[in-house]
Amino acid sequence: MKERLEQIRENAIREIQKSDGLAKLNEVRVAFLGKKGELTAVLKGMKDVLPEERPMVGQLVNETRESIENLIEETKAKLEAAERDLKLKQEVIDVTLPAKKNRVGHRHPNTIALEEVERIFIGMGYEVVEGPEVEYQDYNFTRLNIPPNHPARDEQDTFFINDEICLRSQTSPVQVREMEKGRLPIRMIAPGRVFRSDEVDATHSPSFHQIEGLVIDKNITFADLKGTLAEFAREMFGEGTKVKFRPHHFPFTEPSAEVDVTCFKCGGKGCRFCKGSGWIEILGCGMVHPDVLRMSDIDPEEYSGFAFGVGLERIALLKYEIDDMRLLYENDDRFLRQF
Amino acid sequence: MNTSLSWIKAYVPELDVTPQEYTDAMTLSGSKVEGYEELDADLDKIVIGQITKIEKHPDADKLVVCQVDVGAGEDIQIVTGAPNVKEGQKVPVVLDGGRVAGGHDGKKTPGGIKIKKGKLRGVASNGMMCSIEELGSSRDMYPNAPEEGIYIFEDDAPVGESAVKALGLDDVVFEYEITSNRVDCFGVLGLAREAAATFRKEFKPPVVTETGNGEDVNDYVKVRVEDAELCPRYCARVVKNIKIGPSPEWMQRRLASQGIRPINNIVDITNYVMEEYGQPMHAYDLDTIAGHEIVVRRAAKGEKFVTLDGQERAMDDTVLMICDGEKAVGIAGIMGGENSMITDHVQTMLFEAACFDGANIRISSKKIGLRTDASGKFEKGLDPNNAIDAINRACQLVEELGAGEVVGGVVDVYGKKKEGKRIPFDAAKINRLLGTQIEKEEMLGYFEKLELGYDPEKEEVLVPTFRQDLACLADLAEEVARFYGYDNIPTSLPSGEATTGKLSFKLRVEEVARNVAEYCGFSQGMSYSFESPKVFDKLLIEKDSKLRDAVVISNPLGEDFSIMRTVSLNGMLTSLATNYNRRNKNVRLYELGNIYLPKQIPVTDLPEERMQLTLGMYGEGDFYTMKGVVEEFFEKAGLHGKTAYDPNAGKPFLHPGRQAGVVYEGKAVGFLGEVHPQVADNYSIKERVYVAVIDMPQIVELASFDRKYEGIAKFPAVTRDISMVMKKGILAGEVEEVFSREGGQYLERYELFDVYEGTQIKSGFKSMAYSLTFRAKDKTLEEADYALALGRILKSLEEMGIELRK
Repeated sequence: MKERLEQIRENAIREIQKSDGLAKLNEVRVAFLGKKGELTAVLKGMKDVLPEERPMVGQLVNETRESIENLIEETKAKLEAAERDLKLKQEVIDVTLPAKKNRVGHRHPNTIALEEVERIFIGMGYEVVEGPEVEYQDYNFTRLNIPPNHPARDEQDTFFINDEICLRSQTSPVQVREMEKGRLPIRMIAPGRVFRSDEVDATHSPSFHQIEGLVIDKNITFADLKGTLAEFAREMFGEGTKVKFRPHHFPFTEPSAEVDVTCFKCGGKGCRFCKGSGWIEILGCGMVHPDVLRMSDIDPEEYSGFAFGVGLERIALLKYEIDDMRLLYENDDRFLRQF
Repeated sequence: MNTSLSWIKAYVPELDVTPQEYTDAMTLSGSKVEGYEELDADLDKIVIGQITKIEKHPDADKLVVCQVDVGAGEDIQIVTGAPNVKEGQKVPVVLDGGRVAGGHDGKKTPGGIKIKKGKLRGVASNGMMCSIEELGSSRDMYPNAPEEGIYIFEDDAPVGESAVKALGLDDVVFEYEITSNRVDCFGVLGLAREAAATFRKEFKPPVVTETGNGEDVNDYVKVRVEDAELCPRYCARVVKNIKIGPSPEWMQRRLASQGIRPINNIVDITNYVMEEYGQPMHAYDLDTIAGHEIVVRRAAKGEKFVTLDGQERAMDDTVLMICDGEKAVGIAGIMGGENSMITDHVQTMLFEAACFDGANIRISSKKIGLRTDASGKFEKGLDPNNAIDAINRACQLVEELGAGEVVGGVVDVYGKKKEGKRIPFDAAKINRLLGTQIEKEEMLGYFEKLELGYDPEKEEVLVPTFRQDLACLADLAEEVARFYGYDNIPTSLPSGEATTGKLSFKLRVEEVARNVAEYCGFSQGMSYSFESPKVFDKLLIEKDSKLRDAVVISNPLGEDFSIMRTVSLNGMLTSLATNYNRRNKNVRLYELGNIYLPKQIPVTDLPEERMQLTLGMYGEGDFYTMKGVVEEFFEKAGLHGKTAYDPNAGKPFLHPGRQAGVVYEGKAVGFLGEVHPQVADNYSIKERVYVAVIDMPQIVELASFDRKYEGIAKFPAVTRDISMVMKKGILAGEVEEVFSREGGQYLERYELFDVYEGTQIKSGFKSMAYSLTFRAKDKTLEEADYALALGRILKSLEEMGIELRK
């Protein structure tokens, strides 16, 4: 009996070692350990064994079964590993083939620049507000200290609808609308479309965008205006950006200034972007004129404020090195996809 | 506005700066210098030489060999082809290694042209004699230069000295951008005053002396101003025994530096004083003035007048005219008449220096379509007190130049004298506005340099009338800031109450629209708000449609930009057409922009501005792709209600069988569809085009960013598939309507998984198959729970004539 079991074990080991695949191995398992397998047959023959020998034989059978099972498991693991390795080798792909992209659309450069500006000012506690694009001349001019027949009305090449209504030539009327609400303090920016009767060319468009800024509170100073815009310039154009304030004239601010920033292409050394000067003009600003405050029922003795206006296209053109303003309104897919 | 440095220095003699220093400092104090030109930038080693001997060139008929004394001891030999040289003449000579600015033809060479010794047809030539053009100027500016050939100096020109200096070309011309409020800086004196204050040097304006003979001007001319409102001041003086001739070189040089061509002494004096004082002047031939009388009055309606440029122009009754006893002789402040202009034979002349209402001049000049140097200055509103100085200065120059005999006295019609303003001064307030701590004395020092007075008792600043831009304390603050230096003002951030930075809800919803459109492959375009009225025909919009009632621009850039859009499609289709023309494939664009709907015609009120989300595409994708974008947007904007699609939207610009009104919870919020092939053709797009337009104000009203977690289903769902055959005309929407109505509480969703029309089905019919999912939140469903609902659905479908397949 013992010999027979030994024989079975040796046969099994030989067969297992000969197995070259999981299927073959399974056949071996069935042949030895299955219901009709050799070892099962031995167990079935137990009734012929003397009762006193049965425990010993039973133990032997179990030991044999165990050793065969262990070997099968071991071999199975090896075969599986080999098969996986083979599969992995077969599944090699060319990772440099083109990607399958979900063709996501692109945002207009104006919007990208605007969102940047909004992010900066929202962070400083400014609310983003809007006003009408078709506007009363009263708001667009008179309440901004530009009375009828003031030369500034001509300078802005305004489109008129009738004697009272025009297409706004600036976003500044939103200042007036915000002040009229009577809620102080004010910290707002107002982006939007404006219109001037300029023929279309590489640097002009009859329709473009401005971003107006307005702060009204007690004790607002010109120094605050300088600090705020310097902060904006650094955030917008980079840490090292410097600003220069030059005196200028706007009817609705006094004192007024134009602001240059160090050229963000050359850092101020002078290049073709800044026409060699190292500076780029980006906005106009000033302290809100006391007459403008008064016209909106704000007491200039108690409150002061500053305002600024930025040309959005100007920033987009400079920042993204776009050399022709017409590209912004043609909507050529090949242009838009670059942003 | 231009000035030469030398002219500024004439009034600020101590000024000693480089052009760049001047540019930077003036810009920072408020007189923005746009650029400058050094007239001698490309001129080098050019001296005055005297031709001592001229001989024929041995080998060339057209060349001569000159010996020229250039003050170097020994004469130098120069070969020239110039026709006008003679022995003894003094000429500009470029020495070996020197440079000239350009050629004889007046074309300038950037960086100049270098002149070297050489041989001309075998004869040594050691320099070059040059023409005014080669020196970078022109006969317009140097009328005494010969028409062709070498420039010839006066006999007393010093040999060996710089020719550049002798010609006044050792100068710099600055170009300024003067803001419209600084009327005083449209004259050289105003800018010189600013320069003196900027560099803290003494300002020395010309001293105007008394002029005139013993006669009385009132015996020569009478002046009557009929409209004192439009002509606050009129000054007149008379000059007789006029000797027309060239003006002196110094005057010619200064005019040339302003780009003004010297003509003769009288014209040059008027121009000179206009530039110096910023006060336009006019000269009439007194012998042409009927009755020796000047009347200032409004023109008659339709009055015709020939200006001195020979053009006949039509007036209306707002235009102010200068007239004599019988006829008009000039348009006030704009241009004089041909009938009274100065000629070379003038004997007696009337000088006019007046002040006209700026707004009226501006409007008149626009109406007549004539803008001149004079009107450009008058329309800014000139200081009447400047007129008298200017006319006296002109008469002083007439006497100095010996151009005529000035008659004594001035006719001065000046009704209400303009007085300077007084502004209460408060240094502390100025410091509070600027955020500075500038001493009061320092501020007063700045004012003094600007010729602003100060009354220490009343603590008021006295503003001379030439500074009409100064009216309140904020204006004084700017004067302080300019000269203290904007640079020197500290920087700080606003203190005070904290505010919340945010986007409005509307802008947040728009941001969602942008994001969804972009995820779905649409790129953002922008188009103009104004367009052509022809757009309506192009879009097949009915003649009586309300959409044709648009806001009209009264002064458009042209018909193509003359109305404010009432539909957003033209911009989109134009952009798609541009892309199609350029052979861009599979283009998807979106735009967020307003349409403008008038509340009434004619417009008396602001129109309603409605933001539209417009999507457009051609190439890959179809109607349902576009529908998907709309639904994605609604979902992201928190519109979780029921969206229905009305196939009878009635949009003329869309394919009649492929369009739908978008109806959210019963409200029409937009439309989508395939563009009508005729419309696509009108835009020259030869592919199917799909568009969607969503009316954003309604979406903003319905949108919500509130979200609530509803749990993930714990119990299994039961799915039942229904397969149907029905007439083609029955819409999926009608079938789905049945599901929603009869589905009961456990119907979770339904999904179309097959639509078929074709040979397997009888003609005129189609098959559709839906999968219905039932689920309960709190238990596992048993058949009895949904059987009733399913039964109702099947019954309703059968009632619609739909055949159910097992």
